[in-house]
Amino acid sequence: MTQITLENLAHSYLPNPSKDEDWALKPMNMVWEDGGAYALLGSSGCGKSTLLNIISGLLVPSKGRILFGDSDVTALPTLERNIAQVFQFPVVYDTMSVRENLAFPLKNRGLPLDQIASRVAEVAEMIGMAEILDRRARGLTADAKQKISLGRGMVRQDVNAILFDEPLTVIDPHMKWELRTQLKDLHRRFGHTMIYVTHDQTEALTFADQVVVMYDGQVVQAGTPQALFDAPEHTFVGYFIGSPGMNLLDAKIDGDAAHVAGTHVSLAKGYGPLKGHTQIGIRPEFMRLGTGDEGLPFKVNRIEDVGHHRIVRGQVDGANINVVVPESQPLPADANRVIPDPAHIHVYTDDWRVDPARQERAA
Amino acid sequence: MTLELSGITKSVGGRMHIHRTDLTLQPGSMNVLLGPTLAGKTTLMRLMAGLDKPSQGRVIWNGTDVTDQRVQDRKVAMVYQQFINYPSMKVYDNIASPLRLMGVDREEVDRRVRETADMMRLTPMLDRKPLELSGGQQQRCALARALVKGAGLVLLDEPLANLDYKLREELRAEIPRIFEESGAIFVYATTEPEEALLLGGNTATLWEGRVTQVGPTPSVYRAPQDATTARVFSDPPMNFKKVSIKAGRAGIHSAQWDTGDLPDGDYLAGFRPAHLSLSETPGAVPLSAMLETTEITGARTFLHLRHGDDRWVGLVDGVHDRDHGAQMTVWLDPSHVYLFKTDGQLARTAPYAAAA
Amino acid sequence: MDKPVNNRAWFLVMPVLALVAFSALLPLMTVVNYSLQDTFGGNQFFWAGLEWFEDVVHSDRIRAALGRQVLFSASILAIEIPLGIFIALNMPKKGVWASFCLVVMALPLLIPWNVVGTIWQVFGRVDIGLLGYTLTKLGISYNYVNDPIAAWITIIVMDVWHWTSLVALLCYAGLQSIPDAYYQAAKIDQASRWKVFRYIELPKMQGVLLIAVLLRFMDSFMIYTEPFVLTGGGPGNATTFLSIDLVKMAVGQFDLGPAAAFSLIYFLVILVISFVFYTLMTKEGEAL
Repeated sequence: MTQITLENLAHSYLPNPSKDEDWALKPMNMVWEDGGAYALLGSSGCGKSTLLNIISGLLVPSKGRILFGDSDVTALPTLERNIAQVFQFPVVYDTMSVRENLAFPLKNRGLPLDQIASRVAEVAEMIGMAEILDRRARGLTADAKQKISLGRGMVRQDVNAILFDEPLTVIDPHMKWELRTQLKDLHRRFGHTMIYVTHDQTEALTFADQVVVMYDGQVVQAGTPQALFDAPEHTFVGYFIGSPGMNLLDAKIDGDAAHVAGTHVSLAKGYGPLKGHTQIGIRPEFMRLGTGDEGLPFKVNRIEDVGHHRIVRGQVDGANINVVVPESQPLPADANRVIPDPAHIHVYTDDWRVDPARQERAA
Repeated sequence: MTLELSGITKSVGGRMHIHRTDLTLQPGSMNVLLGPTLAGKTTLMRLMAGLDKPSQGRVIWNGTDVTDQRVQDRKVAMVYQQFINYPSMKVYDNIASPLRLMGVDREEVDRRVRETADMMRLTPMLDRKPLELSGGQQQRCALARALVKGAGLVLLDEPLANLDYKLREELRAEIPRIFEESGAIFVYATTEPEEALLLGGNTATLWEGRVTQVGPTPSVYRAPQDATTARVFSDPPMNFKKVSIKAGRAGIHSAQWDTGDLPDGDYLAGFRPAHLSLSETPGAVPLSAMLETTEITGARTFLHLRHGDDRWVGLVDGVHDRDHGAQMTVWLDPSHVYLFKTDGQLARTAPYAAAA
Repeated sequence: MDKPVNNRAWFLVMPVLALVAFSALLPLMTVVNYSLQDTFGGNQFFWAGLEWFEDVVHSDRIRAALGRQVLFSASILAIEIPLGIFIALNMPKKGVWASFCLVVMALPLLIPWNVVGTIWQVFGRVDIGLLGYTLTKLGISYNYVNDPIAAWITIIVMDVWHWTSLVALLCYAGLQSIPDAYYQAAKIDQASRWKVFRYIELPKMQGVLLIAVLLRFMDSFMIYTEPFVLTGGGPGNATTFLSIDLVKMAVGQFDLGPAAAFSLIYFLVILVISFVFYTLMTKEGEAL
């Protein structure tokens, strides 16, 4: 098991990239700790698959290096990287039994038979397939097959990392719960470094200690689930994490006040002068409805009762704004204002969050 | 326009797929069929559409018996989980195809295609081929094709299941608007309670080929008549605990609460994951459970708990990543507890729901 | 799931049924008719019962032809199937070379049967043919006109040249349908080349292989044109396969009755063997 380092890594599928958009992956630096659980999260085309292929050795990056521990593996083929991978669609050897499938990677490495047997038994028990070890893989359901793929990844103890490429795509929704939970347990028990690629926020946030959010070929934020929710570094993170996503309003920032739609909103901290397109972002969970003069003028369009909370959809000065109201709180009948919680207002210029503390230090 | 299913059943090879069902869909209503996979949602929809014939019973459309009528002769439209479009045709021609089959004249076709495309926000994509579109746009194209004929009955079979969750979220917010503009009877099958709640309208819950309850969506959610409905209409599933009531009080270990005038006996207490709390709320009773694992979805956290032999799930606001395997205290407000008789029938609804 | 059945669809199939009746059933019935009667021309028939069938079954000449036929089919299957798989495995997967290979591979398939025979007839001639001339100059005794072994080898090589492409192309199509993830997974599992073939490629090719074996078996079992053009069934009867024998009997000797009985038996043999192949291979597939 090893620490994985990405050094100035960048990739373009074109031979002579010149423009910014020629890069499928923009330069990045990153260190993944040994034994960590990481998720690469983003919508399709964001570059997460490119990054995964570079780590697994399918692609040689146009620029930069990738290190496993201290050794440079940038040019090494998959075979020599000692990794395991679980793919989007279950890859099983149809003609083999479940047992043979699980034993396959170990047999190929020439492990002694008794070691193979005990390891296979252990993994089979973990993925809940101990009873059907002698069944042929062919007739099994998609989620059983995916469990086998998963088991084949886990069966080797010496892997540098296990990569998951949207492994729950073909799994029935109610089975996703179980597999997701199982995966997390497996990580805890075995301590493999795991890298999980997905477009699903729940999968990413649940699975990973560190979530790497990618957008348009670059890493927009890498952090804990908590950090992604509390302080999205980029408007895309605000939109992508949370449901509904973060509300954004064009604003003019003046010290510790924001001017939005002709109204004054006070901020928790003071900001220096800002250039570019400035916006404030507030999560729907941190806004409440009001009726007086306080807050921003709000027009309610629709109220959706989701059971444990309600989503109030409406508009502030033409911009769509959602407010989440918990089930236990009453809805004011004639709500015409929204009041954001100053502690949870973030300021963005050209989509990136402005950190007042850092701004101060820089000044 | 009303659709009435009168005493229909469906069995295939001796196995009952749909048990005797009576269901009336009102004009211009949104009807959600909610149930897990294989509960019979698709079968019921096929019966409504006329793709299958019921084994017994009649299907009545606007007072006319259409049980023996072919699908082609009924005014129905259906949208599936897979995005079904003609790959070689442009979006425009895809949307126009049902009208052309009906022999509508050119100008009328053009007008209606553009109107529908506008409603589905597809106007800029009319000249593209379906495979050049995103998943969400492809499904909107399929929806547009279903809506353009002005069918009185639009059947949607888990139309969003194959989309990325963000796209699903966006399209889900649009469907109620589209439905209101179309004026047709919508039938929408889904496995997700949250989707049912977002769509509103009426909900029929299905379980193993039986319709367990029908009514306005929020009231089915808050006032389930039996434990099965409560389980189906709760994601993650409702938590249950066997309790016995003595002298008007029920208890889970030392946590005790009043149960009004219910007779003494054994009951099943049920409460939803969202009603477990990490902090004490007024009137709440403490429960001690072992935390097995946590799951995080953006703003909320699922706590998978074990309480004795029962597995519970808690859904709490915020991101919490606690130690696994640890014993923890969660709080439950008794006003959120439903009590079911041992046969599953509701004995006493949750007081908060009765008040609402 | 039972759907509302609309019986009117049968009307659409009627024309095809009528055509098939005219083109297949009527001639077949004519053959049956001939096989049970004797005729000396002039539309005069005498009832012969099963006599012709008994003759055919007991005929040493036909038994010998059948033996040659089985040996021939077995030989070309034993060569073409492994060779086809081998070629398919080594064809480029994508790019310009892939299309180039496909075109080259398809070429022999586009040549008419009798032309193939003629090509090889000329190619193998010791006086002017490139192959025959070269071999003779190298001191190898080769003459397909006189030497039965040379004739056999030439016919087999010709058939391999003509038809291996078909097997290779079918296998290639089967291989193309294997997602990349399988190969990658195998690499990660450190599977050897042989294991990749045995556990990924072969199972995925099984369906097309079944088709390839069936097609090649049926075709080779009915082979006529090429050996007819090349050797005319000789030297002696060395390359007289069933169909050549049949034609000799029917057209050469005008023994219509025995020829008809022969063709019916021939037809049944092919049907039975194909069926046996099919069941064996699909069974094998489930058991694999």
